[in-house]
Amino acid sequence: MTNEIFKSLSEILPQITGFIYPNEIEIHWGMLIVVYPYITGVVAGAFILASLVKVFNVKEVQPLYRLSLLTALSYLLVAPLPLLSHLGHPERSYEMFLTPQPSSAMAMFGFVYAWYLMAVLLLEIWFVYRTDLIAWAESESGPMKWIHKVLSLFSKDRSEGALAFDHKALKTITIVGIPSAFLLHGYVGFIFGSIKANPWWSSVLIPIVFLFSAIVSGVALVILLYMVITPLTGGKINMKCVDKAVDFLFYAVIVDFSLELVDFIHRVYQSEEEIKILSEMVMNKLFMSLVIIQVLLGMILPLGIISVTKIFKRRFSLNEDLRKMLYFISVLLIQFGIFATRWNVVIGGQMFSKSFRGLTTYKMEIGGIEGLLYALVLLVLPIVILTVLLKILPPWKEMKGEGNGKELTGEAPLGGMHAPEA
Amino acid sequence: MDGRRKFLRNALAFLVSGSALGGVLKILPSSALAKEASRTGKWYGFGVSVDKCIGCTRCVEACKTENDVPKEPFYFRTWVERYIIRKDGEVIVKAVETKPEGVPESASDREVLRSFFVPKLCNQCADPPCVQVCPVGATFQTKDGVVLVNEKTCIGCRYCIQACPYGARYLHPETRTADKCTFCYHRVSQGLLPACVEVCPTQARIFGDLNSGASVMARFRRMNKIHVLKPALNTEPKVYYAGLDGEVR
Repeated sequence: MTNEIFKSLSEILPQITGFIYPNEIEIHWGMLIVVYPYITGVVAGAFILASLVKVFNVKEVQPLYRLSLLTALSYLLVAPLPLLSHLGHPERSYEMFLTPQPSSAMAMFGFVYAWYLMAVLLLEIWFVYRTDLIAWAESESGPMKWIHKVLSLFSKDRSEGALAFDHKALKTITIVGIPSAFLLHGYVGFIFGSIKANPWWSSVLIPIVFLFSAIVSGVALVILLYMVITPLTGGKINMKCVDKAVDFLFYAVIVDFSLELVDFIHRVYQSEEEIKILSEMVMNKLFMSLVIIQVLLGMILPLGIISVTKIFKRRFSLNEDLRKMLYFISVLLIQFGIFATRWNVVIGGQMFSKSFRGLTTYKMEIGGIEGLLYALVLLVLPIVILTVLLKILPPWKEMKGEGNGKELTGEAPLGGMHAPEA
Repeated sequence: MDGRRKFLRNALAFLVSGSALGGVLKILPSSALAKEASRTGKWYGFGVSVDKCIGCTRCVEACKTENDVPKEPFYFRTWVERYIIRKDGEVIVKAVETKPEGVPESASDREVLRSFFVPKLCNQCADPPCVQVCPVGATFQTKDGVVLVNEKTCIGCRYCIQACPYGARYLHPETRTADKCTFCYHRVSQGLLPACVEVCPTQARIFGDLNSGASVMARFRRMNKIHVLKPALNTEPKVYYAGLDGEVR
């Protein structure tokens, strides 16, 4: 084990440029820590999309509501895995719950996570599906009956009063959920942003940039999933819904892009001690992942495609299939862009020496716990979980609906008819 | 009746918000005030006379032997940097290897403006960012001001390594826990000197109690113009450098 580490570190030695502190040769937070903020970002973003329906009353995206909640849950379940796997002593991770250090941002992870999982997501999904679960348990037989019965926590009440309570509870949970989703991902940003030793990370803007990139990645992923899953299940893609969701995505990308631009301009204009090494890093080591993938392919190109689609849609009533394809390409590009963003923050922050005199390099392993394959497994795992969840908690009725919020029991009055009173 | 209920409700609200506020206050100043802790009793510090260092790296070898630091050149509790500053302003820095090979010739090179060695080690900050970020409190500051890692509770998350501005920490490849200079705490607590100080042939490294008025440390700080590394980060290092060049980071 140690010999392997020595060997891979020796291979990095010739690639070091300038001077770095001798302990800095090893990049400590690798692929797994890139995956982690990507995953939590999707959770937060998918939840924000769901809350568009519930709190902001955007009825067009109703078909995405349940799908985005289930997406958020499947990614949230995977979120602790990369963290656990990268620890030197995963078997001691419980110490973080038993004796957390109050001044440590990382120690708060367990609590933020537990809060978000228990008090927000699970609760919201339970209330959304409660009446359906009861109905399914009544109409089905075999193991599914029991699964649904247990999931409904043996509740049977479908009276007017119970339904009204469901609605009220959902509204409250979503309202609590939005700041919680912000907390979840803003907190991940803070883990990096609060490290004063590292000028690439240490910025007040980082938690906010993380938030908006989270919204971008979550919304884009849910659109992507919707566009893939719907045809697979024999449904028809609701273009009104996709148009609206892409609208939101478009604005989120613009905000995200502007924030990152502000950060960039600020750094270049202030031009502090570290600017030389950071620009050397961006122009050499990060050129591909930052300039090309993150900015050009992940932001500017999709922004361009979506703007063109928007313009042509209005002027020349752009063909629906073409629109679908353009949207699909855009959300796919955005996914890669956001993943590159996480990469550039995490890996970029460790490539330059804190002596500001040199650069090390990241050597990606293929196998092993820090390797590419395991990272891919972690990225596919949420999709597997989502498939299972879609089987147990099918959102088809809603996804195939017209998005007017009428076709679902227990969903019907929610679309917003209650909103004016609230 | 209503008045009593209102009073009880207010009292409850006061208690809840009070304890929450108390909790916040407890977190906030603990780090802000920590730097002034323990001005009584021992408060260890370290002195480096840059001009005395000859770059022999006996300190590095002594440290690795004394503390079972892996011999490979990726793990150091202490190391020595060689600076060569050329007339055109170019600064060449290299960590001095324990068995030097291919060290650039500086004595005969007319383009060299000045050249010197700088020993580095954990700064044992009075306000250590590594302690602040450790999620489980495995890295902590002793009463006498030394930052240590408890390898039995460290979970190996490496947040402290990221938080250290001086590159003083590494992940020990065998224990899979964070590791760094301890000022040779096991020796110091027996009244001995840290291994690197013990073996330094030129007394470029000195060690002592900052609170003592008659120690070598006190004399060192009285007789020299002192500088610390990266003072702007407000970590309050307790490794003091005499004759430190502005190029050193």
